[in-house]
Amino acid sequence: MTAFILRRLAISVVLLFFISIVAFLMMTLTPGSPYPWGDLNPKISPAIQDAFRKRFHLDQPLYKQYVLTMRDLFTGNLRSTKDDRPVLQKIAERLPATLKLNILALTLAFTFGILLGVFCTRHYGRAPDTLASLIAFVLIALPSFWISYLITIALVKGFAVPILGTQSYGVVFSNHFQKWLDTFWHLALPATVLSLNGIAVQSRFIRASMAETLKEDYIRTARAKGLPEDAVFYKHALRNSIRPMVTGLGYLLPALLGGSIIVETIFAYPGIGRLGYQAVLDRDYPTLVALNFITATLVLLGNLIADLLYAVVDPRVRLE
Amino acid sequence: MSIKSPFARVGARFIANRIAMIALTVIIGFFIIALVCGVMDLLHIQWPHDPNATHLERKLFPPGPGHWLGTDNLGRDVLSRMLHGAYISLTVGFVAVGVALLIGIAVGACAGYLGGWVDNLLMRIVDAIICFPAFFLILSAVAMLGPNIWIIVIVIGLVSWTSTARLVRAEFLTLRETEYVRAARSLGQRPFTIILRHILPNAAAPIFVTAVLGIPDAIMTEAGLSFLSFGVPPPQATWGNIISDGKSYILDAWWLILFPGLAIFTICLAFYVVGEGLREASQTKS
Repeated sequence: MTAFILRRLAISVVLLFFISIVAFLMMTLTPGSPYPWGDLNPKISPAIQDAFRKRFHLDQPLYKQYVLTMRDLFTGNLRSTKDDRPVLQKIAERLPATLKLNILALTLAFTFGILLGVFCTRHYGRAPDTLASLIAFVLIALPSFWISYLITIALVKGFAVPILGTQSYGVVFSNHFQKWLDTFWHLALPATVLSLNGIAVQSRFIRASMAETLKEDYIRTARAKGLPEDAVFYKHALRNSIRPMVTGLGYLLPALLGGSIIVETIFAYPGIGRLGYQAVLDRDYPTLVALNFITATLVLLGNLIADLLYAVVDPRVRLE
Repeated sequence: MSIKSPFARVGARFIANRIAMIALTVIIGFFIIALVCGVMDLLHIQWPHDPNATHLERKLFPPGPGHWLGTDNLGRDVLSRMLHGAYISLTVGFVAVGVALLIGIAVGACAGYLGGWVDNLLMRIVDAIICFPAFFLILSAVAMLGPNIWIIVIVIGLVSWTSTARLVRAEFLTLRETEYVRAARSLGQRPFTIILRHILPNAAAPIFVTAVLGIPDAIMTEAGLSFLSFGVPPPQATWGNIISDGKSYILDAWWLILFPGLAIFTICLAFYVVGEGLREASQTKS
């Protein structure tokens, strides 16, 4: 077990090294400059440009730029070329809002995904299954920006649901409950839109997994000894089918901190996705490198956790 | 009783799936629309209207006679623009998946057939690419390389081949140990011939299914890029940029949002249903 973890960590570090190089080169080799002003702005004297280049190590050769960028990233000194603020601080500011949104979205996705998937399997191959499967495909096929606007038209116009940002701007709330409700409504719409895809994916996953489990010998045994179908279904089949999902929790790590550019843009939600989008628009290389690196780290860490959980919940699995 | 080829059996099972057949009809319908639009463009026929002609005196007309799906903020006919958008969406879907398939099959086949350090190296590269958030990567690349339909298509393809590669590798790992492959090898056939003639045809079904399921993903990605104004540049109409242009009028001109979104939704749903139908039909169990 320890050997397995150490080996995986070693591979991850090597992978991260290459990922950081690619992320760095992708940003720096592309045409265009990271100056927060236009290149031909007459008010910016060559002296100011030189100072800017020196400050962000842009006067150094490429390999040195990379080394300095990574050093700054690890020591927390990496600064945004856009506003000269520490990149890690900019990311940390977005964390609470991002976590709130993603936790709500993932909860919705798992709850309704499992319900839909169990419903499908309960009626496997019959009309309700076909219908529920079709609903799952509808949820996957809905473009997020389109459904966001349809929901906005329906709810905001019809019921005056507050959206945009995390809270209504300039409103004084008479009590905590109203304030909480306002925050909740600001979260609810983007979280719902974000969860639709997850609901569909989880339901398909559960359906496929349960269909396999129901073919197992121990299910036949359970039926043969006269257990009621409900007990066979929920106690024997469902529990064993949920197992691969538990390991999937590892993959949640990047999902928790990930951002959705489109949904956050539509709802003006101050999450990680918008930070990344803004960084792309501003050619803010340090922020982009940091975001890519952190995401990659989380993905690799999540994969490792998933593999470990797999061995924990299923004693038959040996890690080598 | 006649013996049917595996292909005919899969076909028969697919045809028996009524919902999948409806979805296939929808896809063919969109195809014909896109083709007809392409031909009309070549012949300089504009029907029902010129998609790019602006008529400010007719801006934001609701759907009605003359403009069946209304007009946008510049008085352009939404129906005409959507018909031209069909061409873009289908092109993006198919070409991007084509690029992804080419790379995915090549990498997956090498890794699966050769094994050893080649397999290890290629799969670690796949792992590294999966670590990047896909849409973010595509957006950064397109933002920096400039919006152009071919750049978008190639970038989407370059980012989305990893799942195909993993699938092809897994298929090859099992198929290379089969007796007919061993027989071919002992007859002295070259690896390239074995891969192309003996293994690949037998792995075709799952590859084809992932390809079909990849098309709507590519279409959706392009629509998302268009929506963020990083898609195919104006004045070319795409379903995504009609919505993007219309979002400022969301509370007054619902038709600018509803119809193009419905088109994206319909074609993506059709592809997903056909893909799932093919997957079910190609599974060997009864």
